[in-house]
Amino acid sequence: MNNRNRIIKSVPVYSMLIALALILSYVEAQFPPFFAVPGMKLGLTNTVVLITLYLKDSRSAVFINIVRILIVSILFGNGLSFVYSMSGGLLSGAVMILLKKTNRFSITAVSTVGGVAHNLGQILAAMLIMSTSAIAWYMTVLWISGMASGALIGFIGGILCKKLKKYA
Amino acid sequence: MRDAAQLSSRIPVNLFRTMKKYKNDLILFGALLMVFFAVIIWNLFTAKPGGFVEVKVDGELITAFPLSNNIEYEINGINNGKNILIVRDGEAWIESASCPDGLCVNMGHIRNTGASVICLPNKVVIEIVGDATDDASVDIEVGQ
Repeated sequence: MNNRNRIIKSVPVYSMLIALALILSYVEAQFPPFFAVPGMKLGLTNTVVLITLYLKDSRSAVFINIVRILIVSILFGNGLSFVYSMSGGLLSGAVMILLKKTNRFSITAVSTVGGVAHNLGQILAAMLIMSTSAIAWYMTVLWISGMASGALIGFIGGILCKKLKKYA
Repeated sequence: MRDAAQLSSRIPVNLFRTMKKYKNDLILFGALLMVFFAVIIWNLFTAKPGGFVEVKVDGELITAFPLSNNIEYEINGINNGKNILIVRDGEAWIESASCPDGLCVNMGHIRNTGASVICLPNKVVIEIVGDATDDASVDIEVGQ
C-alpha cells in the first residue's frame, strides 16, 4: 500500500518535471543559432535534471534525463541529434551524480562540471560519427562555454532548489 | 569610529569563512580553468600555418588542395547538401552552404594545421593539414 501511494504521488511530479524540461527545450530551440560553434548553448533543460538530482535522487535524475531526451528527439529532432543529446546528456548526468555523491561541492560547481562533460560527450560523439579528430580543436571553445553555461544553470538550480524544497 | 573598526575587522573574517566554505568549489573551478588555459597555450605553441586543406564527406577524404593556390570548389555533401569552399591567401573557408543554419560559414577562415570547419548536416569537414613547406605530400593526398 505504501509503495503504491509512493508511485501515485510520484507520477504527477515526474510528469511536471518532464513537461518543464520539454518547454525549456522548446524555448531554447527558439534562440537563433548565432553562436559560431555548433553545440554552444545554454542548456536550460539541465536545470530540470539538476533539481531532480538534488530534490529527489540520482535514479530519478537519470530517468528524467533519458525520457526528456527521447521525447525531445522525437518531437523536434532527428536520429543524429538524438545521438548527440544522448551522449552529452548521459555523460554530464553521470559526472554530476558522481560529483554530488562526494558531498564536497556546491550545486553550482556540480553543474559547471556537468556543462563541460556535456560538451565533451557531444564532441566525442561527433568525432565517432564523422570519424575525424578534427573536431577536438573546438573543445577549447566548448570547454569554456560549458563552464559558463553550467555555472549559470547551477546558480539558477540552486535558487530553484531552495524554493522548491518544501514541495519535494 | 568603533563601528568602522569592527566592520573592517569583520570583513576579512567573513571573506575568509566564505572562501573556506567554497574551498573545494574554488579548487574545482581553478582546475577546470587550468585545463582550458593549458590547452590554449599548447595550441598557441604548436600552431603553424598549414600546407593543405583536406575535404572530407562522411569521414571519407574526397580531395585536397594546397593552400598556396586560389581555388573555389563545390563540395557535394550527403543528402544533396552543397558547400562552397574558397582557398585564398593561405586561408580556407566556407563561402556559402545549403544547410539551414549556415554554422560552417560563421566558423570563419582557417589557416593553421589542425584547424577545421565542420558542417554537421552535410557531414562535411574541411581540415588544414601538413606543413607549409612540405611539398611532397600533396601528390599522395590527392592520389588517395
